[in-house]
Amino acid sequence: MNGLANASSLFFLSAGLSLIFGVTRIVNMAHGSLYMLGAYIAYTCATSLGGVLGFWGGVLATAAALALLGALIEIALLRRIYHAAELFQLLATFALVLLLSDVVAALWGVEDLLGPRAPGLRGSVEILGRQFPEYDLFLLVVGPVVLVGLHLLLTRTRWGTLVRAATQDRDMVAALGVDQAKLFTAVFALGAALAGLGGALETPRQPANLGMDLSALGDAFVVVVVGGMGSIPGAYVAALLIAEIKAICIGLGTQTIAGIPFNFSKLTLVAEFIVMAVVLIARPYGLLGRAQGMPRHAAAIQDPIEPAGRRARLLALAVLAALLCVPLLAKASPYTLVLGIDVLIAVLFAASLHFIAGPGGMHSFGHAAYFGLGCYGAGLLLKLAGFPMAGAIAAAPLVAALGAAIFGWFAVRLSGVYLAMLTLAFAQIVWAIVFQWEALTGGSNGVLGIWPTAPFNSAWVYYLLVLALTLAGVLAMRRILFSPFGYAMRAGRDSPLRAEATGIAVLKVHWIAFIIAGTVCGLAGALFAFAKGGISPETIHVSRSIDGLVMVLLGGMHELAGPLVGAPVFTLLQDSVMRQTPYWRGVLGVVILALVLVFPMGIAGTIAGWAKRVAR
Amino acid sequence: MMLEADKLCAWYGAAQILFDVSFDVGRSEVVALMGRNGAGKSTTLKAIMGLVGRRAGGVRFDGTELLRLETFQIARLGLGWVPEDRRIFTDLSVRENLDVGRRPANGGPAWSEERVFELFPNLAEMRERPGGRMSGGEQQMLTVARTLMGNPRMVLFDEPSEGVAPLVVERMAEAIVEMKQLGLSVLLSEQNLHFAALVSDRVYILEKGHISWSGAMRELEASAQVQRQFLGV
Amino acid sequence: MKPLLEVRGLQKSFGGVRAVDRVSFALGEGEFLALIGPNGAGKSTCFNMVNGQLGADAGEVLLGGEAILGLAPRQIWRKGVGRTFQVAAIWGSLTVRENVQLALLSHAGEVFRFWRPAAERHRERALELLADVGMQAQAARPARELAYGDVKRVELAVALANEPRLLLMDEPTAGMAPRERNEIISLTKRLVRERGISVLFTEHSMDVVFAHADRIIVLARGQLIAEGDARAIQDDARVQEVYFGTGRSFRRPSA
Repeated sequence: MNGLANASSLFFLSAGLSLIFGVTRIVNMAHGSLYMLGAYIAYTCATSLGGVLGFWGGVLATAAALALLGALIEIALLRRIYHAAELFQLLATFALVLLLSDVVAALWGVEDLLGPRAPGLRGSVEILGRQFPEYDLFLLVVGPVVLVGLHLLLTRTRWGTLVRAATQDRDMVAALGVDQAKLFTAVFALGAALAGLGGALETPRQPANLGMDLSALGDAFVVVVVGGMGSIPGAYVAALLIAEIKAICIGLGTQTIAGIPFNFSKLTLVAEFIVMAVVLIARPYGLLGRAQGMPRHAAAIQDPIEPAGRRARLLALAVLAALLCVPLLAKASPYTLVLGIDVLIAVLFAASLHFIAGPGGMHSFGHAAYFGLGCYGAGLLLKLAGFPMAGAIAAAPLVAALGAAIFGWFAVRLSGVYLAMLTLAFAQIVWAIVFQWEALTGGSNGVLGIWPTAPFNSAWVYYLLVLALTLAGVLAMRRILFSPFGYAMRAGRDSPLRAEATGIAVLKVHWIAFIIAGTVCGLAGALFAFAKGGISPETIHVSRSIDGLVMVLLGGMHELAGPLVGAPVFTLLQDSVMRQTPYWRGVLGVVILALVLVFPMGIAGTIAGWAKRVAR
Repeated sequence: MMLEADKLCAWYGAAQILFDVSFDVGRSEVVALMGRNGAGKSTTLKAIMGLVGRRAGGVRFDGTELLRLETFQIARLGLGWVPEDRRIFTDLSVRENLDVGRRPANGGPAWSEERVFELFPNLAEMRERPGGRMSGGEQQMLTVARTLMGNPRMVLFDEPSEGVAPLVVERMAEAIVEMKQLGLSVLLSEQNLHFAALVSDRVYILEKGHISWSGAMRELEASAQVQRQFLGV
Repeated sequence: MKPLLEVRGLQKSFGGVRAVDRVSFALGEGEFLALIGPNGAGKSTCFNMVNGQLGADAGEVLLGGEAILGLAPRQIWRKGVGRTFQVAAIWGSLTVRENVQLALLSHAGEVFRFWRPAAERHRERALELLADVGMQAQAARPARELAYGDVKRVELAVALANEPRLLLMDEPTAGMAPRERNEIISLTKRLVRERGISVLFTEHSMDVVFAHADRIIVLARGQLIAEGDARAIQDDARVQEVYFGTGRSFRRPSA
């Protein structure tokens, strides 16, 4: 029963996401943020006005406000990026996540805010011998009501017919005289209103907080992947399924199976993952979804990669020599070494992401998962399994590789936005497991006291170790790209059809590439654990995945040197500019928007472009 | 003149498909664009509708310059487009497909659901059938019906005789003649000389994105030499 | 002549519409066989069931007596079937030579090698194949920069890399100028004759079909309606009706 009530909010959220995607083909990463904003606005209405008007009026006012905001976002931002590459669309809407997060923090503060209970529905009723809150009953009813309402809107009105037609063929609709721009704005507004409604209705049940945006986004992704992108009934069925499974896990509590106590309530996220996995194996486009006829990869074809010329080699050697000299500064400015280690780890992290995102064409939005697995793998092997430092650093990438093997098996079967959503959802699951499994991972506190042992306990020696391993990792991936396997990776990205018709098992190639990237990323995570002296859930946070993508884009997705340029620039920028302001997220959001709208080639890409023009 | 193209150029991506194409279509005139596969016939129609990447030159419809307008605005001026690949909304029923096409009458004849069903009686028998479950010929009729629901003053008709049964081809010919009688202008892209000869008044022949011959339909019918040279008949 | 490829009772429906309806035909060793039909006749559906891209509802496809229906395109390729696409597909971010090299690497079972650079592997053989299709001079160019006709040539070299017994070509001349059409089809014919390869191709351009095909099979509304050489097909009344002569059956609508 509780699950049914939870399903309603989840459904509103996911239905909006699904609807927007169906028509605009954009996955709105900021959908969770609209949900969060809905919760905060409704809270303010309910507490400041109070009473029936404050609460119920507030819920409606919230939906209206979000519709307006949605329309504004569509007109100001989305219209500029309908024709951009998918990755840019995802990043641009993610920039909104960052901006809105800081807006909420600035307006409402960082405290959790629990709204008042709903006027008129404060009591509870007894059903089958159990007390059941009236408000939950109300939610239980309102979900199907909205489902039916949406269904009627889409099937019984001309507007709905136009939306469904536009979902299928936008150009044809325009050629019949329909103003798509208005239609898109309206759809986005409706989707945003639904998200806001979902958030507003949750305020009496759980406090509005700053983490809602991403947790809601992760949930919504799981729901639309399970239900089928673009299917409203699918979203409802999936929301019901997911919410029920969570409720059952929590309801079971601790049970003893075969003599071993087993805490099911901690298993909710794993259960969610298993449901998603089963659905994706059986029906790759979700329970009620249909194949969207999307190319597996639609990005612009890039230039062939070439072995470094003499000049590039000399430049690389010079940079290496400079990096080797950094320890000489250790005495004068110890912070330089710390920053140097950060930069090197960022380079390794970004390079591993670039490996699959660039030549592999798989834009992972959850690369932090493998970083986190490496980080926690190293920390926990050291602390709990008594591994020596070298053993922990050697074994941690294998932990990440195992995670990448499991998640990658699913991910390579999908493409484009589906792949992005799935990888992000996987990363959220890893994050939640780490966060919830306190006994093992230390929960939100993490585990401290993970320091390098001699001789690496002095910063400059550890710096050299990181430098050596980063260099080894980057060069190894580079070498793989020039091997037969590297050709096959790029071929699988350029034209999977041709590759399959030439005897190349594209899924297997991309799966192995995914595992290689996960392994290297795990190494970066392990090095990070020892550099910071501890591990915490922050290492797996979505923002790290996004940072990685920004580094890669900043450097240039289509350049082998992209991550090597982007990661240091980003890390130094973060260190200098973003430390100055409490609103660094907002600043990062603006940086991302600038990248997407003005500077899509990245630094290395732009320089390479100049070099080519000069050469001609 | 209803439609006047003046040195129209069009590109897909970096590739230029049309080069300075000029032609005109008069009121209630049926004009055929002929030529081989890949000559640029479909592209010309799409360029008029604003459905290609980039355009240059000029196209005026009843005095309004189209190059600066968006596709939906062009359609609202009273230009209907029947695409070669039909582009039926397969998830929508026949009636819903017609509903998407519906627009208020625009000085021209006013079409209603019932009137298009009179023109295509088969469609009347499958009003609730989803577009995806119709045969190619039925889809072709639905596409024409959907376009008429927009009450166009001129119809751009892409390859009406391509890949459909002879019976459907005849229906298409009848529909074009009916449009002409109602005062509509029609610009036709066609490879089949027999079909074009049956319905059109004048012809422009396209070759590799250029107009290489133009004249009255009767002239083309009479000249085996022109037919051989440009159409490979 | 012993057939290399046998198609028996092939059938496929989409949402109640029979796209391919009990189609049977055979292709002999070294034969150049055209599969034609008006738009929507079921050519592509039929073709895609033979090449493994599409499953069939019923029927059999035998290659040298071995059942291949239901195998993945990858596996069919391993049985010695090369393929070209309607919209020619090559790997744009590799160079022309690398495209052919990768096909050769795949043929040699060397795709899953991670360390030794691929640039020198099968280089000579790749250049030979490129010379065969007249593309040796452009070997070092990025494939995405090629003109469309040249893309078709490279695709042909890629398709020949596994020394196929059978070549499946979907509209080999689509999107090409008339002169290029004849060039590519003559080139293809010379190369497959030299190697004893059989070819099944679909084609829109009648000039190409009548000038080059050894034999022609005609599909209309999912069914095989005629089979024979160019003359027999041109004279076939049913083919005339569904294919060429639509206009002749017209009466001017009385209005």
